[in-house]
Amino acid sequence: MRLPKMQKLLSMSALALAFSASIANAATVNVYSARKEALIKPVLEQFSEKTGIEVRLLTGNGNALLARLENEGENTPADLFLTVDAGNLHRAAEAGVFQPITSEDVLLKVPSNLHGKDNLWIGLSLRARPIFYAKDRVDPSKLSGYQDLADSEWDNNVCIRSSDNIYNQSLTAALIHHWGVEKTEEWAHGLVDNLAKPPVGGDRDQIKAVAAGVCDLAVANTYYLGLMEASEDADEREAASKVAIFWPNQESFGTHVNVSGIGITKHSENKDAAQQLLAYLLSPEAQQWYATTNNEYPAVKGVEWSERLKNWGPFKMDDLEMSVLGENNAAAVKLMNRAGWR
Amino acid sequence: MLQKWRQLSLVASALVLGLPLFVIVAALLSLVFGGDFATISHLWATVIPEYIRHSVLLMIGVAIGVVTLGVATAWLTTCCRFPGQRLLSWALLLPLAMPAYITAYTYTGMLDYSGLVQTSLRDLFGWNYGDYWFPQIRSLGGAIAVLSLVLFPYVYLITRATFLQQSATTIEAGRSLGLSPWQCFWRIALPLARPAIVTGATLALMETLADYGTVQYFGVTTFTTGIFRTWYGLGDLNGALQLAGLLLAAVIALILIERWSRKQARYDQRNPRPATPFQLTGAKAWLASLACWLPLLLGFILPALQLAGWSIERWQVWTQPDFWQLAWNSFGLAFTASLLVVAIALWLAYGRRQLPTKWVRTSVAFAGLGYAIPGLVIAVGLLVLLSSVDQVIIAASQSWFGWDPGLLLSGTLFALLFAYTVRFLSVALQTVQAGLAEIRPSMDEAARIHGYRPFQVLRSIHLPLLRPSVLTAIILVGVDVLKELPATLVLRPFDFNTLAVRAYEMAGDERLADAGPPALMMVLVGLIPVILLSRAMLKSQQHALKEQNFVPVTA
Repeated sequence: MRLPKMQKLLSMSALALAFSASIANAATVNVYSARKEALIKPVLEQFSEKTGIEVRLLTGNGNALLARLENEGENTPADLFLTVDAGNLHRAAEAGVFQPITSEDVLLKVPSNLHGKDNLWIGLSLRARPIFYAKDRVDPSKLSGYQDLADSEWDNNVCIRSSDNIYNQSLTAALIHHWGVEKTEEWAHGLVDNLAKPPVGGDRDQIKAVAAGVCDLAVANTYYLGLMEASEDADEREAASKVAIFWPNQESFGTHVNVSGIGITKHSENKDAAQQLLAYLLSPEAQQWYATTNNEYPAVKGVEWSERLKNWGPFKMDDLEMSVLGENNAAAVKLMNRAGWR
Repeated sequence: MLQKWRQLSLVASALVLGLPLFVIVAALLSLVFGGDFATISHLWATVIPEYIRHSVLLMIGVAIGVVTLGVATAWLTTCCRFPGQRLLSWALLLPLAMPAYITAYTYTGMLDYSGLVQTSLRDLFGWNYGDYWFPQIRSLGGAIAVLSLVLFPYVYLITRATFLQQSATTIEAGRSLGLSPWQCFWRIALPLARPAIVTGATLALMETLADYGTVQYFGVTTFTTGIFRTWYGLGDLNGALQLAGLLLAAVIALILIERWSRKQARYDQRNPRPATPFQLTGAKAWLASLACWLPLLLGFILPALQLAGWSIERWQVWTQPDFWQLAWNSFGLAFTASLLVVAIALWLAYGRRQLPTKWVRTSVAFAGLGYAIPGLVIAVGLLVLLSSVDQVIIAASQSWFGWDPGLLLSGTLFALLFAYTVRFLSVALQTVQAGLAEIRPSMDEAARIHGYRPFQVLRSIHLPLLRPSVLTAIILVGVDVLKELPATLVLRPFDFNTLAVRAYEMAGDERLADAGPPALMMVLVGLIPVILLSRAMLKSQQHALKEQNFVPVTA
């Protein structure tokens, strides 16, 4: 019978694979990243070229990677955990998978509201979440801020994606901080009543909906507009040309921004290399790479913005402590559940 | 004595395979006995009724969709003759090679308000959005349509095998009593094929329940999206596992109902000789042709063309070596996993055949439950288990040899292969068991009487008879692994990506055109096994089609 042999062969090859994968090179640093491969690997390769330190990358969903980190405990191969959104960073910090960042150099580069509690993580880039409006149909002087989205003047005229999305959860978490739960819940109800279509699709879809005339106002992250403006697809570029950014709440707390950030794992075995990579990610060239490749705002003060960011104009950012977004996240989701925001 | 050990080893290995499910059951029990109802009661008051409503509607819709499409195409291609019938009889399997979420991406690309169809309509007639009615593709109806189009081949495959087997004498008796072809179908063939239809529909519904990619992309809140929302949004993994436990309970109920419905009647027919097919001509032939081409067109050809269009837009990708590395990873993984899963399924199925005790039967059934559980939930269950085993191994190795071997199980391909086994064992088990059921014990005995030794019995009787079903199992599992995304995403080692992962990362970032090449490649790699399967099916049409007649995991 041939089958048992086959089984043996298979189990042996599986074991061999297991061994070969577990032998780590001395000069390596291992990164778990919730940023997609295409949006991080080029920088990591530049780092490897400069320093000769090999970077091994595992991408995936932020929550799933965190679950993996937690379960691996002190045996984790990961030295750095990079994830997007303050909510996810906060959750990782609470789970105790990070160790404090101690390098003064690194800490001083980045404004302190972009540090995690006890410096457990640090922001790498910022993404703004303003309101987009149809250039031909909306007079921007009639707009003031996020509160407009719930105003009955925009009935059946607002597009936003599902509340499953962490960007919306963080926006709501920020509003809870500024307005309190009660007022924010009222706002969410008003927003749901104003929706022009069910909250489906991604951010880009909301911008396209404005361009297609489905609604006059939409909420989305700015880098999606950047991707559309730079798209190879002429239809996308045309859609992008029909919408403009309105920076909300400039008279009060400022436009909501979110952060992508990174922390050194508690049980990192290559701490030196990890610190070098961390410092590199905050260097001007890496910071500018984010800004040009993904149209994100640099976290480091004084780094020059890309042309596209400059075109969109300067604005007042909401400078609340990023960890607040994480602390309010569960409350935000429950509030959205109650408001019927799907 | 030997038997006892064998039984023990069967039960033990089935339980090991079911271990990740225990993590879910434990979470559910902790809910029932621990009394921490905070998350669940909030969800119950706000969203769970909607999740249940959507899940139930989705399942009813998909059930109607796959049964209509699957049975109609199976009947037409087996019992009627019309132009294109031979080609269609294998081509109708092609939608299996399309991951449901990829089909969802392509239809959104075409039919959304900013897609080709609606923009052309607006340009052509000078309309604005809102001037005209157009179905919303991102909706419950859209999800039902996409899942039906992708999953109907399960019903087609299994029902077709049954139609081919249906004894000609039964149908001919009906005809001689004055039934028209239509009446033959409604009053004889369809009722006789009921068990096969139910089995195919059950497989499709289990996939539907576990589906996350499609419904999430379409913004339909189902039980499965609820599990992830609870985990990602509320940060409550335990609450998410509790919801998964409720889902598991629903699945067990579904399986029990299916089994119960099957027990009501016996469907044995003597003397299986294929019936003479009905020769269709004129308008009837055209209609039959249309009825078969339409699901193929919508379920495979159109989405594949859209992917091809995106791939041409991004032609540079095809020249990159790391893209071919992805294809190689995907193929290697699917190949290894399918051999492994089928080998285990064979071992369990043989054990169950020779030692059909209550313990063995129940534990084998338990091992097959993973099919309806979302891959990510299985992955998390597995992660919890494997990392604790790893911890023990590392501690032992350090105290004995002073050497840290690292994460041998949870950080390597071992974890991935384990997850695939848990998730897809059911598919292999059902196929192999169906094949085994055809080999009656009397055949073994007859051979032994003629002086065959056990090994000879295996070689000259079992192997030839089992070959088609083993092949089918390998291919079905291979295609499933190729398409698998969530477990792969969580459990894979460093710097190891697959086509599914790449396609998902691009599409998740709303870069649909960039998702084109990996998605098309995935379909192409999946196409090879599907075509192999169809050819094997055609070859063995005359005598050995019974192997695809799935039977329940336990009788």
